[in-house]
Amino acid sequence: MEYLLASAIGALTAAGIYLTLRLRTFPVILGISMLTYAVNLFLFASGRIAINLPPVLLNNTPTYTDPLPQALVLTAIVISFGMTAVVVLIALGAYLLSNDDHVNLSDGPVDAQEPSK
Amino acid sequence: MSLILIAALPFLGALLPGLMIRAGRDACAWTTASVTLTALVGLLVHAPAVMRGEVIQYQLEWMPVLGLNANFFLDGLGLLFAGLILGIGLLIIIYARLYLARQDPMGQFYTYLLLFQGAMVGIVLSDNVLLLLIFWELTSLSSFLLIGYWKHLPEGRQGARMALAVTGMGGLALIGGMLILGNIVGSYDLTVILENKDLVQASPHYLLALILILLGCFTKSAQFPFHFWLPHAMAAPTPVSAYLHSATMVKAGLFLMARLWPVLAGTPEWFYIVATTGLITMVLGAVIALFKDDLKALLAFSTVSHLGLITMLLGFGTPFAAVVAVFHIINHATFKAALFMSAGIVDHETHTRDIKRLGGLRHLMPVTFVIVTVAALSMAGIPLFNGFLSKEMMLDAATNTVWNGNPWILPALATLGALFSVAYSFRLIVHTFLGPTRTDYPAKPHDPGFGMWASPALLAVLVVLIGIMPALMVGPLVAVASGAVIGGDLPYYSLKIWHGVNLPLFLSITAVVGGLILLALHRPLDAAWTKARRPEAKVIFDAIVGAITRGAHGLTDGLHNGAMTRYAAVFIVAVTALGAAAWFGGTAPGPTRAAMDTGVVPLIGWVLLVGATACMVAFHHNRLLALVLMGIVGLIVSIAFVYMSAPDLALTQISVEVVTVILLLLALNFLPKTTPTESSKARQWRDGTIAVIGGLAVGGLALAVLLSDFSQDSISAFHLANSKPGGGGTNVVNVILVDFRGFDTFGEIIVLGIAALVIFAMTESVLTSPVGARLRQRPVNPDQAGDRHPLMMVIATRVMMPIALMVGVFIFLRGHNEPGGGFIAGLVVAIALVMQHMASGFDWASARQRFPYHTIIALGVFAAALTGIGSWFAGRPFLTSNYGYFQIPPMNKFELATAMAFDVGVFLCVVGAVMLALESLSRFAHRAGERPSPYPMDIDPSRDSAQIAKDA
Amino acid sequence: MNHWIIAPVLLPALVAAIIILVLRYQVITQRVFSVASTVALIGIGIGLLVHSMSGQIDVYELGNWPAPFGIVLVLDRLSAMMVLLTAVLALAVVLYAIGSGWDKRGHHFHALFQFQLMGIFGAFLTGDAFNLFVFFEVLLIASYGLMIHGGGAVRLRAGVQYVIYNLLGSTLFLFALGTIYAVTGTLNMADLAVRVADLPASDTAMIRVAAVLLLLVFAVKAALIPLHFWLPATYAEAPAPVAALFAVMTKIGAYAIIRIYTLVFGTDVAATADMIGPWLLAGAIVTLVVGMIGVLGASHLGRLAAFAAIGSMGTLLIAIALFTPQAITAALYYMIHSTLAGAALFLVVDMVRARRVAEDDAIAPRPAIVQNGLIAAYFFAAAIAMAGMPPLSGFLGKLLVLDAVRDHALVWLIWATILATSLVAVVGFARAGSLVFWNVAPEVDHTPAPHPQTALTFVATGGLIAAIAMLTVFAGPVTTFLSETSAQVFDKQSYIAAVLETARAIEVENLPLEGSQK
Repeated sequence: MEYLLASAIGALTAAGIYLTLRLRTFPVILGISMLTYAVNLFLFASGRIAINLPPVLLNNTPTYTDPLPQALVLTAIVISFGMTAVVVLIALGAYLLSNDDHVNLSDGPVDAQEPSK
Repeated sequence: MSLILIAALPFLGALLPGLMIRAGRDACAWTTASVTLTALVGLLVHAPAVMRGEVIQYQLEWMPVLGLNANFFLDGLGLLFAGLILGIGLLIIIYARLYLARQDPMGQFYTYLLLFQGAMVGIVLSDNVLLLLIFWELTSLSSFLLIGYWKHLPEGRQGARMALAVTGMGGLALIGGMLILGNIVGSYDLTVILENKDLVQASPHYLLALILILLGCFTKSAQFPFHFWLPHAMAAPTPVSAYLHSATMVKAGLFLMARLWPVLAGTPEWFYIVATTGLITMVLGAVIALFKDDLKALLAFSTVSHLGLITMLLGFGTPFAAVVAVFHIINHATFKAALFMSAGIVDHETHTRDIKRLGGLRHLMPVTFVIVTVAALSMAGIPLFNGFLSKEMMLDAATNTVWNGNPWILPALATLGALFSVAYSFRLIVHTFLGPTRTDYPAKPHDPGFGMWASPALLAVLVVLIGIMPALMVGPLVAVASGAVIGGDLPYYSLKIWHGVNLPLFLSITAVVGGLILLALHRPLDAAWTKARRPEAKVIFDAIVGAITRGAHGLTDGLHNGAMTRYAAVFIVAVTALGAAAWFGGTAPGPTRAAMDTGVVPLIGWVLLVGATACMVAFHHNRLLALVLMGIVGLIVSIAFVYMSAPDLALTQISVEVVTVILLLLALNFLPKTTPTESSKARQWRDGTIAVIGGLAVGGLALAVLLSDFSQDSISAFHLANSKPGGGGTNVVNVILVDFRGFDTFGEIIVLGIAALVIFAMTESVLTSPVGARLRQRPVNPDQAGDRHPLMMVIATRVMMPIALMVGVFIFLRGHNEPGGGFIAGLVVAIALVMQHMASGFDWASARQRFPYHTIIALGVFAAALTGIGSWFAGRPFLTSNYGYFQIPPMNKFELATAMAFDVGVFLCVVGAVMLALESLSRFAHRAGERPSPYPMDIDPSRDSAQIAKDA
Repeated sequence: MNHWIIAPVLLPALVAAIIILVLRYQVITQRVFSVASTVALIGIGIGLLVHSMSGQIDVYELGNWPAPFGIVLVLDRLSAMMVLLTAVLALAVVLYAIGSGWDKRGHHFHALFQFQLMGIFGAFLTGDAFNLFVFFEVLLIASYGLMIHGGGAVRLRAGVQYVIYNLLGSTLFLFALGTIYAVTGTLNMADLAVRVADLPASDTAMIRVAAVLLLLVFAVKAALIPLHFWLPATYAEAPAPVAALFAVMTKIGAYAIIRIYTLVFGTDVAATADMIGPWLLAGAIVTLVVGMIGVLGASHLGRLAAFAAIGSMGTLLIAIALFTPQAITAALYYMIHSTLAGAALFLVVDMVRARRVAEDDAIAPRPAIVQNGLIAAYFFAAAIAMAGMPPLSGFLGKLLVLDAVRDHALVWLIWATILATSLVAVVGFARAGSLVFWNVAPEVDHTPAPHPQTALTFVATGGLIAAIAMLTVFAGPVTTFLSETSAQVFDKQSYIAAVLETARAIEVENLPLEGSQK
């Protein structure tokens, strides 16, 4: 079980990294989302995994799964949702304004060095 | 007047010229002069005491942590230099009033001049090396402004930058040297340092400190090989040249060498570095000076030469040489300042400084002629003028000094230098003033008004007086000043004209005769000189600076070329590499938990997940497909959460998933539908490698985590224990979110709110920009469904709406005890509303939208914040929850917790943010040629065909 | 329980909420609220600073849950000082934004600005690692909005890069936190300090990874090479007031490094001590070099200012990397200085832009701009400060740093680097200044140079320069306070005691009941 989860996290990360290194904004954003899945699962895993244990207090259960990482992941999910929304819209705006969705730009107009007089 | 005030006065005074210039140029000049005069008087008040051998001190703590104190002290050396700086400064100010042309901004000039003056006075009075460093760098900065004063002249700007670069470099070296010196002694106070000669010279760092400090002095005093900046600084107005480059700034280096003489001098290192440099500079400067046709250039190189002379004397390290150095500093200041000002007068009256175009001025400008002659004869070292005395003593000192076992090389070279200085001095007189009167001067020459020649004349008088009766005029000053330099008993010396027939006398006769011969031969020599190929210092300097600048430019723009992909790659590689290094640098105990056995369900999930991920990478060029695959991945992840006992996460993940996908779909509507393959195979392999390595690293770390135990019990035990009794909820995750860690949630809903604001603002700015128009021309996607608001969907969403809302409320209410809560409820409701928009169209839905989303978000923030603040009134900290059980018959008892009010805030923020984001997107769509439809459905049986026809 | 501690977080949040609730369309009223809130924050900041001078460490237990189980805000000299510094900077920035009309070039400037402040203050005050993440996200997402404020193709595309780069950073932050929690089972900084110290020597690998990943997260913020790539384009393209505010963003990274790597992973923690300091120092030296070379190599004023900021971070991180009380004192002084100076430089650059045709900021001769002399004087002052020339505080800060590395093994290398790079910076600034302000080109086409009537911008920028001057004049008392501050930073036991005191108290009297007593 642990091996499955760990390898899945690894796979998601790898895919995320690869897409993040693409040249257009859309795949990069998808890549970031994949990384988000990966990190959410990782954060979740930091509480170790438990099958069929209630996170809700019941009278007759001795052990519970660790609720804290779940809360953290929930926060992380929502925050990353906000971030994704923003980056998508900014990327869209950039595309509409420049008609170009490359992530690379010539960093500041690099003009010919003017001789210092 | 207290010393700090003397040093501060010029700085304070620097504020005045800018104001007084409004009252006229004279007012401006006189104010400036009075500032300097006040400082001078304040200084001279101390003179008697100093002459008696006392040392005036002033101490003020500034940065005790660092050992930087505003300590000042005044001894003979300080008095001499401060006197020169303020005295000559006064003359310069008067001179400049008439020199500056009408269009020159005089206020600025005097401000810079006073700043510089203050810095110089600060140098010579400071009793703390760090403080001295501050003033030292200030002189570089203020002289930068003064040299570049004529902004319109390229020479001015270049000269200023060159001077700043060279002296600045020296200044930084000096910082290093002073810090080392301070470390050796254990104090940055000069008086302390001066008492620790043996400690310093015994230290292993002595040589390094010496070299660094000398770098500072040599650059400042234009010693070889740093002499080249001084002539270029002559682009400055003549008063500046006269002040900075004859009397004061270039002497700062000499001052510092004299100041530190007691600590640093006396070692062979000192002798060979300083004396040799001085000697070379003296000869080189004198030789070049002879062949300069520009009056100021000639004077500049003669200054270089004389500074070299003084440096050499200090380098000898003998008390007698030190006395001579001090004496020559006085003499040089007098005659050189006079010469510079006279050169300025000639320039001012004839509009040229080119000796070749001058000559025969003695009848036209008799006064100037006299002044120049007196000063130049002194510079040449002719008896009855003060230059003669110090030159004789210099030659005397040289004859008694052995250089590397060789007794004659020093006197020989010294004489050579003297010989050349005779030559150029006489050339200055002969070629400028003697000879026939010419008819082709650029302007009609005549003597200037008294105000302008007064200052040089005064100095010329001093030259003669000191020359005739040195002991009377400056004897005591030389004594007390050199006493301060030597820091011990004065050696035997006598300031008088006739020392009897001795070797120095013969040497100087040789110099004079030889000099005159050289002058006679000047024409052929000059021709030869101009033919000879010499390394041009400025060319070399410019080449170096240019190369460095171009290199910096290339490096900077090459490194930061805006290639985001490269930035990201560097980021990921760096993180992976350092993370790995950290891991393998430590020790891992190995698995402490047994792995759970794998059921078939997770295996299927795993296959689906990895499969979808792989396909996504493979087919990411088809954006729509990639998006769908991402949705699948998200779905499986949420299922995984269910399986791993995290229902809240599952619910959140799935609902976030839905909203995200909708968002991306709407965005994709405007973006290209496919991603072209642009990166080369090599790049793809590179990225693939990085990705795989990164994946392995993360997977490995995750596995290590999963197979190990907490080193100590997790704090969540407390949360489980206190969720019910303390938080009043059995859904521990939710209680953590709204109570234990409610502050996180508070921040998080703010993030959502901000996200919506950002999106809104961005959309506005895009739509109001020209692109809004472009969007309107955008062709409507041909293959888009003809029936945009299908009947079935509208009906379905209408039916679902109340259900969805009810579900939302239900999820919200149960949230505290069962999986659910404000977030999920918010998202569910948001989705329901989005469905309405999608089904019935933006206009129809927003027409029925009562509250602006901004308001909803703000209310959410308020609800959350005020709930938190409410607990203040119970004397509790922010966000302290409270709960109770209520009963409203006939319903059965139910629970209300303040945490739920907080959760309402969460709910509102989520709904508002999501809706505002999606609305912004639909506003793009709206702008992009989408025809608003007044009806929820395009095809509506209840509307008769005529109606439809009318609309169409 | 001193409720004032949370005021810096709540006040801007509420003001922002009011602005978006009722003042969406009244720019004037927005300005009034924004300025009023900022002034109030300065007041609060002063109050907190004075309070912290007693040396006492105040803890604010949110939700009345004791640390480490709940989130706490911690007020000590360091956090109080950072809060005040930010508030002062914020006032200058908001005044400039109003004076230059930047705040009207798009929607929600003031709301986002207040939220930004909220995030920054939260980051300085929180005592909980995950809460630090949350506030990082708050200030980041607000900064995204501010960075693209005013729109424009180039700015938006630079914005995309900025956002993506920081999303990677946030992801890394979560990985680091997950690892930390997996090892220690806690999130509170003080508790982390205790538990990390107790870790068995046999199990160091994972905590080392956690420590390094976290360091890298902060390194991104602090623009440490090779994680600085987000900075040049962002700072150069962002609206000037925003860039000026960002001068404190890099310092948040520096602050977090000081906080975490003295408290949790201090030099006394054997597991991590061997990498943090050396690695940070190496990166810092390179950062300084690249930054100052950039100053010389920049072809535009905006990028010049950006690289000057990178260089100053290099100097700052060199001092931090030594992790000695003396060095941290120097670092703190230099941090205050470089925040103010960097901001001033960005504002001056914008003043030039605003007066040139088409907001062009090329370092090249152009027709004379209006108020050339005054702006040149401002530039001269800001440049002197950034280059670390006397008489301004940059020189004193540099001396402090040089003096602090005296006993370090690499003292010669560090001294040589700092001094050599200062020369490069001086040459670079002199070149830029003389080209832009002295070398006036003739009018080519007769487009009239813009003539903004903006006294307020001069007040704001002048205020910053005046603050630098004050920092210089009162260097004595300031450094005395800062050395106390750094002494407190290194006294981790009293921090831990202050934070965990309640928890210890209640552990005596039976945990589970505690909540119900509320």
